[in-house]
Amino acid sequence: MLPFDILRFAVSAAAGNRLRTVLLMLAMSIGVAAVVVLTALGDGARRYVVNEFSSLGTNLVIVLPGRSETGGFNPANAITGTPRDLTVDDALAVRRATAARRVAPLAVGTSEISTGGRLREALVVGTTAEYVEVRNLKMGQGRFLPDDDWNHGAPVIALGAKVATELFGNATALGQFVRIGDRRFRVIGVLASSGTGLGMNTDELAFVPVATAQQMFNSNTLFRILIEARNRDAIEIAKQQVRDILKQRHEGEEDVTVITQDAILATFDRLLGTLTLGVAGIAAISLAVAGILVMNVMLVSVAQRTPEVGLLKALGATGGVIRSVFLAEAAMLSAAGAVIGYGLGLAGAVIIRTLYPALPAYPPDWAVLAALGTAMVTGLLFGVLPARRAAALDPVLALAKR
Amino acid sequence: MANSGIGALIDLRGIERVFYLGDSEVHALHELDLRVAAGEYVAVMGPSGSGKSTLLNLIGLLDRPTAGTYLLEGRDVTTLSAEEQARVRSTRIGFVFQSFHLVPRLTAAENIALPMMLAGIAAKERTARVKQALTDYGLADRAEHRPDQLSGGQRQRVAIARATIMQPALILADEPTGNLDRATGEEVVRLLEQLNSRGVTLIVVTHDGTLGARARRRIDMEDGSVKHDTALG
Repeated sequence: MLPFDILRFAVSAAAGNRLRTVLLMLAMSIGVAAVVVLTALGDGARRYVVNEFSSLGTNLVIVLPGRSETGGFNPANAITGTPRDLTVDDALAVRRATAARRVAPLAVGTSEISTGGRLREALVVGTTAEYVEVRNLKMGQGRFLPDDDWNHGAPVIALGAKVATELFGNATALGQFVRIGDRRFRVIGVLASSGTGLGMNTDELAFVPVATAQQMFNSNTLFRILIEARNRDAIEIAKQQVRDILKQRHEGEEDVTVITQDAILATFDRLLGTLTLGVAGIAAISLAVAGILVMNVMLVSVAQRTPEVGLLKALGATGGVIRSVFLAEAAMLSAAGAVIGYGLGLAGAVIIRTLYPALPAYPPDWAVLAALGTAMVTGLLFGVLPARRAAALDPVLALAKR
Repeated sequence: MANSGIGALIDLRGIERVFYLGDSEVHALHELDLRVAAGEYVAVMGPSGSGKSTLLNLIGLLDRPTAGTYLLEGRDVTTLSAEEQARVRSTRIGFVFQSFHLVPRLTAAENIALPMMLAGIAAKERTARVKQALTDYGLADRAEHRPDQLSGGQRQRVAIARATIMQPALILADEPTGNLDRATGEEVVRLLEQLNSRGVTLIVVTHDGTLGARARRRIDMEDGSVKHDTALG
């Protein structure tokens, strides 16, 4: 029997029993759609997180006070015990690192900002001029903090876009004064709206010189030191240099944690990639179920078409031809179901993207190929048994059956 | 001539066919010898359970004997593999069934073309031969109708056209008029007889006496053996 005829015969057989055909394709399409949608969700979450981290800045090295990893025994530990705080002097020292292009210390506290009777609570960030470049932020109006002595803060403030609008409405914020606690600050800049980054919305921050912030919050510690490495290759060098400098400054004790944005990114990438693989695996179970349904439906089909099989045998069909006909039907229906499921899955991904625009829910290519491939393989695999059963039918008994 | 065995189309020797129903053995065919020459017109008659259908299935290579040899055109076909038997059925044997056995979802033309499709004949040649067959059997205007849109007589003509489309040497008809009224049955029998007159060997299984009487040779079966064969006197 010619391959084209096998296919055509399978098509006519499939068209001959609409309900069976529809059910089979439905099962297969649900399986494939589940894989496509779930992997789109998983991969969307991965991309979301990766994007969020990327928006922090580029080639970023971050210093946190305290040590989260266990190191070897250090005699200094026996004496001091508690980790030293990060200070502005530490940050200044870090500037010596040759691999570091920019350094921005970060002191953070919550406070109330008021002007002309309006009052708003905001996160006040004490930092320096380079922060805006390290974080890749854009100024909307005016300029960011002045590049002067880190230990002497001027009474100036740069406002996040949202803070500025809430305090001043449509009026110009630039040149106006705001009050934080008992201090007055002149607004010298308003940042361009940039949206969220890792849950911390830059639009809702207020920036003052680091020394001012420390005085205001009555503390001389830093929350973080952000360092921008010269380039991607310099990240690891910068990390090492920063670590060495701070170790030296802290009497040989390594009591800070230096992390790179790349490391965080890679960790999340791996984590969420595994998660996506996991949900794909769960969705693949529905494909296996669909495969079993294919087998079931095809077995019923063989039973229903027993007289036809007998006839085909009487007309000279070999066992191989009968097998091919049934296998072709299973494969064709699986393929059609898979394609429909792919379409449904893509539609589902579109719906998710519409409902949650922040989530870039696109199914990864590997998942789509795997889903379509698995659908075909299960369809064929589970089609083999019914096809073999049909081929093995005794023609006399098959013909006699009503 | 009929029993010489040499040059016979069908040569059955010492055929046994035993079915096992639970513990009991049923001898559907027992010590059966039969020779049919090419071009003969044979009616196989007998009450139900006499083994005539089993004999027809055996001759048609749909079934294998428990013992004995079957030479078809001088070749021992009992030892052939299932695939080889399928090829013999495809090219040498045509079947006509009581209940027509048309594929309900295929049109008359497609049903007629089915054996050629299974044999892997190219679509172009199939179309030409089906067209000829439709004309020969007066079905030209019924080509695109499905079996449920055809009358019983038309259905059986489609079945006969299908049985002859591969130009077999042998036509096996199992109660070909069983589901037809007398006039239509008569017409179908005439078609089969025309085929026989052109040299095709025709074996008809029936318990219709008048139909059996039209055959040149009549075989009466009883309990799995030939009780009377007109060729043997």
